Amino acid sequence: MSTKKNWPLWEVFVRSKNGLEHRHFGSLHAADEEMALENARDVYTRRSEGVSIWVVESKHITASNPENNGELFEPAQDKVYRHPTFYDLPDEVKHM
Amino acid sequence: MNTNLYKYILSIADNSLILGQRMGALTGHGPSLETDIACTNISLDLFGQVRSYYQYAAKIKGDNTTEDDIAFLRKEREYLNVLLVEQPDTNFAFTIARQFLFDTYHFLFLEALEKSHDITLSAIAKKSIKEVSYHRRFSSDWMRRLGDGTQVSHEKVQEAINVLWTYTDELFHQTEADIVMVKENIAVDVTKLKDHYYNTVKKVLEEATLEVPESKWFQKGGKEGIHTEHLGYLLSDLQYMQRTYPNMEW
Repeated sequence: MSTKKNWPLWEVFVRSKNGLEHRHFGSLHAADEEMALENARDVYTRRSEGVSIWVVESKHITASNPENNGELFEPAQDKVYRHPTFYDLPDEVKHM
Repeated sequence: MNTNLYKYILSIADNSLILGQRMGALTGHGPSLETDIACTNISLDLFGQVRSYYQYAAKIKGDNTTEDDIAFLRKEREYLNVLLVEQPDTNFAFTIARQFLFDTYHFLFLEALEKSHDITLSAIAKKSIKEVSYHRRFSSDWMRRLGDGTQVSHEKVQEAINVLWTYTDELFHQTEADIVMVKENIAVDVTKLKDHYYNTVKKVLEEATLEVPESKWFQKGGKEGIHTEHLGYLLSDLQYMQRTYPNMEW
Protein backbone atom coordinates (compact mmCIF):
# COMPACT_ATOMS: atom_id res chain seq x y z
CA MET A 1 0.00 0.00 0.00
CA SER A 2 1.86 3.00 -1.29
CA THR A 3 -0.37 5.44 0.59
CA LYS A 4 1.16 4.30 3.84
CA LYS A 5 4.44 5.89 2.76
CA ASN A 6 2.88 9.32 2.59
CA TRP A 7 0.25 9.29 5.29
CA PRO A 8 1.58 10.19 8.74
CA LEU A 9 0.74 8.23 11.85
CA TRP A 10 -1.81 9.52 14.35
CA GLU A 11 -2.55 8.54 17.93
CA VAL A 12 -6.20 8.19 18.85
CA PHE A 13 -7.71 9.00 22.24
CA VAL A 14 -11.32 8.15 22.95
CA ARG A 15 -13.54 9.16 25.84
CA SER A 16 -15.92 6.28 26.30
CA LYS A 17 -18.39 8.05 28.59
CA ASN A 18 -19.02 11.58 29.72
CA GLY A 19 -17.09 12.16 32.93
CA LEU A 20 -14.34 9.70 32.11
CA GLU A 21 -10.97 10.76 30.75
CA HIS A 22 -9.81 10.21 27.17
CA ARG A 23 -7.84 6.99 26.91
CA HIS A 24 -5.31 5.98 24.31
CA PHE A 25 -7.05 3.54 21.95
CA GLY A 26 -4.46 3.00 19.27
CA SER A 27 -3.04 4.60 16.17
CA LEU A 28 -3.85 4.92 12.49
CA HIS A 29 -2.70 6.51 9.25
CA ALA A 30 -4.35 9.58 7.75
CA ALA A 31 -3.44 12.41 5.41
CA ASP A 32 -4.57 15.21 7.74
CA GLU A 33 -6.41 15.85 10.98
CA GLU A 34 -9.85 15.76 9.42
CA MET A 35 -9.23 12.38 7.85
CA ALA A 36 -7.65 11.20 11.08
CA LEU A 37 -10.86 12.02 12.96
CA GLU A 38 -13.03 10.25 10.40
CA ASN A 39 -10.76 7.23 10.32
CA ALA A 40 -10.70 7.11 14.12
CA ARG A 41 -14.47 7.20 14.13
CA ASP A 42 -14.59 4.28 11.72
CA VAL A 43 -11.80 2.20 13.18
CA TYR A 44 -12.24 2.70 16.92
CA THR A 45 -15.83 3.74 17.68
CA ARG A 46 -17.87 1.55 15.35
CA ARG A 47 -19.22 -0.50 18.25
CA SER A 48 -20.25 2.69 20.04
CA GLU A 49 -17.19 2.86 22.24
CA GLY A 50 -17.02 6.62 22.47
CA VAL A 51 -18.55 10.02 22.92
CA SER A 52 -15.48 12.08 22.08
CA ILE A 53 -12.32 11.58 20.03
CA TRP A 54 -8.95 13.30 20.12
CA VAL A 55 -6.33 12.71 17.48
CA VAL A 56 -2.76 13.92 17.58
CA GLU A 57 -0.04 13.31 15.10
CA SER A 58 2.38 10.82 16.63
CA LYS A 59 5.41 12.98 15.92
CA HIS A 60 4.13 15.57 18.39
CA ILE A 61 4.35 13.14 21.26
CA THR A 62 7.54 13.25 23.26
CA ALA A 63 8.24 9.88 24.80
CA SER A 64 10.63 8.81 27.50
CA ASN A 65 13.50 6.69 26.31
CA PRO A 66 13.41 3.07 27.57
CA GLU A 67 17.18 3.25 28.00
CA ASN A 68 16.67 5.84 30.71
CA ASN A 69 14.22 3.71 32.63
CA GLY A 70 16.80 3.10 35.33
CA GLU A 71 17.34 6.70 36.28
CA LEU A 72 13.74 7.68 35.69
CA PHE A 73 11.83 4.97 37.50
CA GLU A 74 14.05 2.80 39.66
CA PRO A 75 14.76 5.40 42.36
CA ALA A 76 11.05 5.31 43.22
CA GLN A 77 10.99 1.57 43.77
CA ASP A 78 12.85 1.47 47.11
CA LYS A 79 10.91 4.36 48.60
CA VAL A 80 7.95 2.45 49.91
CA TYR A 81 7.20 5.28 52.34
CA ARG A 82 5.84 7.23 49.38
CA HIS A 83 2.88 4.87 49.38
CA PRO A 84 0.46 5.49 52.24
CA THR A 85 0.49 1.83 53.27
CA PHE A 86 1.39 2.34 56.94
CA TYR A 87 -1.96 3.62 58.04
CA ASP A 88 -4.64 1.48 59.58
CA LEU A 89 -7.71 2.30 57.58
CA PRO A 90 -11.07 2.28 59.31
CA ASP A 91 -13.45 -0.31 57.84
CA GLU A 92 -15.82 2.39 56.68
CA VAL A 93 -13.27 3.66 54.19
CA LYS A 94 -13.58 1.58 51.07
CA HIS A 95 -11.88 1.62 47.71
CA MET A 96 -8.45 2.70 48.89
CA MET B 1 -52.11 -6.28 -0.33
CA ASN B 2 -51.30 -2.67 -1.11
CA THR B 3 -49.14 -3.33 -4.17
CA ASN B 4 -48.16 0.27 -4.67
CA LEU B 5 -46.90 0.63 -1.13
CA TYR B 6 -45.08 -2.70 -1.36
CA LYS B 7 -43.35 -1.65 -4.56
CA TYR B 8 -42.56 1.73 -3.15
CA ILE B 9 -40.83 0.26 -0.09
CA LEU B 10 -38.80 -2.08 -2.29
CA SER B 11 -37.73 0.76 -4.54
CA ILE B 12 -36.23 2.52 -1.52
CA ALA B 13 -34.78 -0.57 0.14
CA ASP B 14 -33.26 -2.09 -3.00
CA ASN B 15 -31.03 0.96 -3.46
CA SER B 16 -29.56 0.37 -0.03
CA LEU B 17 -29.30 -3.39 -0.50
CA ILE B 18 -27.44 -3.22 -3.79
CA LEU B 19 -25.14 -0.39 -2.74
CA GLY B 20 -24.55 -2.16 0.57
CA GLN B 21 -23.54 -5.30 -1.32
CA ARG B 22 -21.17 -3.30 -3.51
CA MET B 23 -19.50 -1.68 -0.51
CA GLY B 24 -19.48 -4.90 1.49
CA ALA B 25 -17.77 -6.75 -1.35
CA LEU B 26 -14.83 -4.38 -0.89
CA THR B 27 -14.06 -5.79 2.53
CA GLY B 28 -10.38 -6.57 2.57
CA HIS B 29 -9.77 -4.71 -0.69
CA GLY B 30 -9.81 -1.09 0.45
CA PRO B 31 -6.82 1.07 -0.39
CA SER B 32 -5.89 1.29 3.29
CA LEU B 33 -7.08 -0.41 6.45
CA GLU B 34 -8.89 2.75 7.57
CA THR B 35 -10.72 3.28 4.27
CA ASP B 36 -11.54 -0.40 4.08
CA ILE B 37 -13.31 -0.29 7.44
CA ALA B 38 -15.10 2.91 6.44
CA CYS B 39 -16.55 1.20 3.35
CA THR B 40 -17.62 -1.80 5.40
CA ASN B 41 -19.26 0.47 7.98
CA ILE B 42 -21.26 2.18 5.27
CA SER B 43 -22.31 -1.21 3.98
CA LEU B 44 -23.49 -2.32 7.41
CA ASP B 45 -25.43 0.91 7.92
CA LEU B 46 -27.21 0.33 4.62
CA PHE B 47 -28.00 -3.31 5.43
CA GLY B 48 -29.45 -2.21 8.76
CA GLN B 49 -31.79 0.16 6.95
CA VAL B 50 -32.66 -2.54 4.43
CA ARG B 51 -33.80 -4.88 7.19
CA SER B 52 -36.26 -2.34 8.56
CA TYR B 53 -37.72 -1.73 5.10
CA TYR B 54 -37.96 -5.41 4.16
CA GLN B 55 -39.52 -6.38 7.47
CA TYR B 56 -42.18 -3.79 6.82
CA ALA B 57 -42.61 -4.98 3.21
CA ALA B 58 -42.84 -8.61 4.35
CA LYS B 59 -45.64 -7.69 6.74
CA ILE B 60 -47.56 -6.01 3.93
CA LYS B 61 -47.07 -8.95 1.60
CA GLY B 62 -48.18 -11.54 4.18
CA ASP B 63 -48.13 -15.27 3.28
CA ASN B 64 -45.33 -15.87 5.79
CA THR B 65 -42.97 -13.84 3.63
CA THR B 66 -39.74 -13.00 5.43
CA GLU B 67 -37.22 -10.22 4.95
CA ASP B 68 -34.78 -12.85 3.66
CA ASP B 69 -37.19 -14.00 0.95
CA ILE B 70 -37.42 -10.46 -0.31
CA ALA B 71 -33.69 -9.85 -0.17
CA PHE B 72 -32.47 -13.13 -1.60
CA LEU B 73 -35.14 -14.84 -3.66
CA ARG B 74 -36.31 -12.32 -6.22
CA LYS B 75 -35.27 -12.40 -9.84
CA GLU B 76 -33.21 -9.67 -11.43
CA ARG B 77 -36.17 -7.84 -12.94
CA GLU B 78 -37.96 -7.74 -9.61
CA TYR B 79 -35.29 -5.51 -8.10
CA LEU B 80 -36.27 -1.87 -8.31
CA ASN B 81 -33.01 -0.12 -7.44
CA VAL B 82 -31.67 2.70 -9.58
CA LEU B 83 -28.92 1.84 -12.06
CA LEU B 84 -26.41 4.07 -10.28
CA VAL B 85 -25.97 1.84 -7.25
CA GLU B 86 -25.28 -1.34 -9.22
CA GLN B 87 -22.39 0.16 -11.20
CA PRO B 88 -19.12 -1.71 -10.57
CA ASP B 89 -16.10 -0.74 -8.50
CA THR B 90 -13.92 0.00 -11.50
CA ASN B 91 -11.43 1.70 -9.17
CA PHE B 92 -11.55 3.61 -5.89
CA ALA B 93 -12.56 6.82 -7.68
CA PHE B 94 -15.64 5.04 -9.04
CA THR B 95 -16.49 3.71 -5.59
CA ILE B 96 -16.29 7.19 -4.09
CA ALA B 97 -18.06 8.95 -6.97
CA ARG B 98 -20.92 6.43 -6.93
CA GLN B 99 -21.23 6.82 -3.17
CA PHE B 100 -21.14 10.60 -3.41
CA LEU B 101 -23.76 10.81 -6.15
CA PHE B 102 -26.03 8.49 -4.19
CA ASP B 103 -25.42 9.89 -0.69
CA THR B 104 -26.29 13.41 -1.80
CA TYR B 105 -29.59 12.11 -3.12
CA HIS B 106 -30.16 9.74 -0.21
CA PHE B 107 -29.84 12.50 2.36
CA LEU B 108 -32.34 14.79 0.60
CA PHE B 109 -34.66 11.85 0.08
CA LEU B 110 -34.67 10.81 3.74
CA GLU B 111 -35.17 14.39 4.88
CA ALA B 112 -38.36 14.40 2.82
CA LEU B 113 -39.36 10.87 3.81
CA GLU B 114 -39.32 11.90 7.46
CA LYS B 115 -42.44 13.90 6.64
CA SER B 116 -44.25 10.89 5.17
CA HIS B 117 -47.72 10.16 6.51
CA ASP B 118 -46.69 6.52 6.78
CA ILE B 119 -45.36 6.37 10.32
CA THR B 120 -43.14 3.32 9.73
CA LEU B 121 -41.38 4.89 6.76
CA SER B 122 -41.06 8.15 8.60
CA ALA B 123 -39.50 6.37 11.59
CA ILE B 124 -37.01 4.47 9.43
CA ALA B 125 -36.06 7.73 7.72
CA LYS B 126 -35.51 9.43 11.04
CA LYS B 127 -33.25 6.65 12.22
CA SER B 128 -31.30 6.38 8.97
CA ILE B 129 -30.62 10.02 8.35
CA LYS B 130 -27.81 10.30 10.89
CA GLU B 131 -25.99 7.43 9.25
CA VAL B 132 -26.50 8.83 5.79
CA SER B 133 -25.40 12.25 6.94
CA TYR B 134 -22.06 10.67 7.85
CA HIS B 135 -21.86 8.77 4.55
CA ARG B 136 -22.36 12.02 2.72
CA ARG B 137 -19.63 13.69 4.71
CA PHE B 138 -17.26 10.79 4.05
CA SER B 139 -17.86 10.62 0.31
CA SER B 140 -17.89 14.40 -0.21
CA ASP B 141 -14.59 14.70 1.65
CA TRP B 142 -13.08 12.02 -0.53
CA MET B 143 -14.38 13.73 -3.68
CA ARG B 144 -12.48 16.85 -2.67
CA ARG B 145 -9.38 14.88 -1.77
CA LEU B 146 -9.28 12.97 -5.02
CA GLY B 147 -10.32 15.89 -7.23
CA ASP B 148 -7.97 18.34 -5.60
CA GLY B 149 -5.27 15.73 -5.01
CA THR B 150 -2.70 14.56 -7.53
CA GLN B 151 -3.06 14.76 -11.28
CA VAL B 152 -3.75 11.03 -11.43
CA SER B 153 -6.43 11.09 -8.73
CA HIS B 154 -8.01 14.11 -10.40
CA GLU B 155 -8.19 12.37 -13.77
CA LYS B 156 -9.57 9.16 -12.31
CA VAL B 157 -12.33 10.81 -10.32
CA GLN B 158 -13.25 13.08 -13.23
CA GLU B 159 -13.61 10.01 -15.41
CA ALA B 160 -15.75 8.31 -12.78
CA ILE B 161 -18.04 11.34 -12.52
CA ASN B 162 -18.31 11.56 -16.31
CA VAL B 163 -19.32 7.90 -16.58
CA LEU B 164 -21.69 7.84 -13.61
CA TRP B 165 -23.31 11.16 -14.45
CA THR B 166 -25.61 9.47 -16.97
CA TYR B 167 -27.20 7.52 -14.11
CA THR B 168 -28.12 10.54 -11.98
CA ASP B 169 -31.25 11.67 -13.78
CA GLU B 170 -33.02 8.40 -13.02
CA LEU B 171 -33.00 9.29 -9.32
CA PHE B 172 -35.74 11.81 -10.08
CA HIS B 173 -37.97 9.64 -12.26
CA GLN B 174 -41.34 8.58 -10.92
CA THR B 175 -42.95 5.20 -11.43
CA GLU B 176 -46.70 4.69 -11.43
CA ALA B 177 -46.53 3.39 -7.88
CA ASP B 178 -44.58 6.52 -6.86
CA ILE B 179 -47.21 8.83 -8.29
CA VAL B 180 -50.03 7.07 -6.43
CA MET B 181 -48.05 7.09 -3.21
CA VAL B 182 -47.20 10.76 -3.55
CA LYS B 183 -50.90 11.53 -3.85
CA GLU B 184 -51.49 9.72 -0.58
CA ASN B 185 -48.73 11.75 1.10
CA ILE B 186 -46.72 8.59 1.70
CA ALA B 187 -44.03 8.88 -0.95
CA VAL B 188 -41.46 11.59 -1.52
CA ASP B 189 -42.02 13.62 -4.66
CA VAL B 190 -38.50 13.13 -6.02
CA THR B 191 -39.02 15.57 -8.88
CA LYS B 192 -38.92 18.33 -6.29
CA LEU B 193 -35.46 17.27 -5.05
CA LYS B 194 -33.78 17.58 -8.42
CA ASP B 195 -32.63 21.22 -8.39
CA HIS B 196 -31.38 21.03 -4.84
CA TYR B 197 -29.53 17.83 -5.69
CA TYR B 198 -27.68 19.16 -8.71
CA ASN B 199 -26.81 22.40 -6.92
CA THR B 200 -25.30 20.47 -4.00
CA VAL B 201 -23.41 18.11 -6.28
CA LYS B 202 -22.08 20.96 -8.40
CA LYS B 203 -20.86 22.82 -5.35
CA VAL B 204 -18.79 19.84 -4.17
CA LEU B 205 -17.47 19.22 -7.69
CA GLU B 206 -16.34 22.83 -7.89
CA GLU B 207 -14.59 22.57 -4.53
CA ALA B 208 -12.96 19.42 -5.83
CA THR B 209 -11.77 21.37 -8.91
CA LEU B 210 -13.75 18.96 -11.10
CA GLU B 211 -15.79 19.77 -14.15
CA VAL B 212 -19.53 19.29 -14.12
CA PRO B 213 -20.38 16.94 -17.02
CA GLU B 214 -22.58 18.47 -19.67
CA SER B 215 -24.20 15.27 -20.88
CA LYS B 216 -27.84 15.70 -21.78
CA TRP B 217 -28.38 12.01 -22.35
CA PHE B 218 -29.24 9.80 -19.39
CA GLN B 219 -29.72 6.10 -18.63
CA LYS B 220 -32.88 4.80 -17.06
CA GLY B 221 -34.73 1.57 -16.34
CA GLY B 222 -33.70 0.39 -12.89
CA LYS B 223 -36.84 1.63 -11.22
CA GLU B 224 -38.86 -0.51 -13.65
CA GLY B 225 -36.64 -3.54 -13.13
CA ILE B 226 -34.65 -3.15 -16.35
CA HIS B 227 -31.02 -3.25 -15.24
CA THR B 228 -27.51 -2.96 -16.59
CA GLU B 229 -25.52 -6.16 -17.10
CA HIS B 230 -23.77 -5.69 -13.77
CA LEU B 231 -26.72 -6.52 -11.54
CA GLY B 232 -26.94 -10.18 -12.51
CA TYR B 233 -23.38 -10.86 -11.38
CA LEU B 234 -23.93 -8.97 -8.17
CA LEU B 235 -27.09 -10.97 -7.44
CA SER B 236 -25.40 -14.29 -8.11
CA ASP B 237 -22.96 -13.41 -5.30
CA LEU B 238 -25.65 -12.03 -3.05
CA GLN B 239 -28.08 -14.91 -3.52
CA TYR B 240 -25.68 -17.81 -3.77
CA MET B 241 -26.14 -19.08 -0.23
CA GLN B 242 -29.96 -19.02 -0.17
CA ARG B 243 -30.21 -20.53 -3.64
CA THR B 244 -27.76 -23.33 -2.92
CA TYR B 245 -28.96 -24.10 0.59
CA PRO B 246 -32.61 -22.99 0.67
CA ASN B 247 -33.81 -21.75 4.06
CA MET B 248 -30.37 -21.99 5.59
CA GLU B 249 -29.82 -19.78 8.64
CA TRP B 250 -26.70 -18.63 10.41
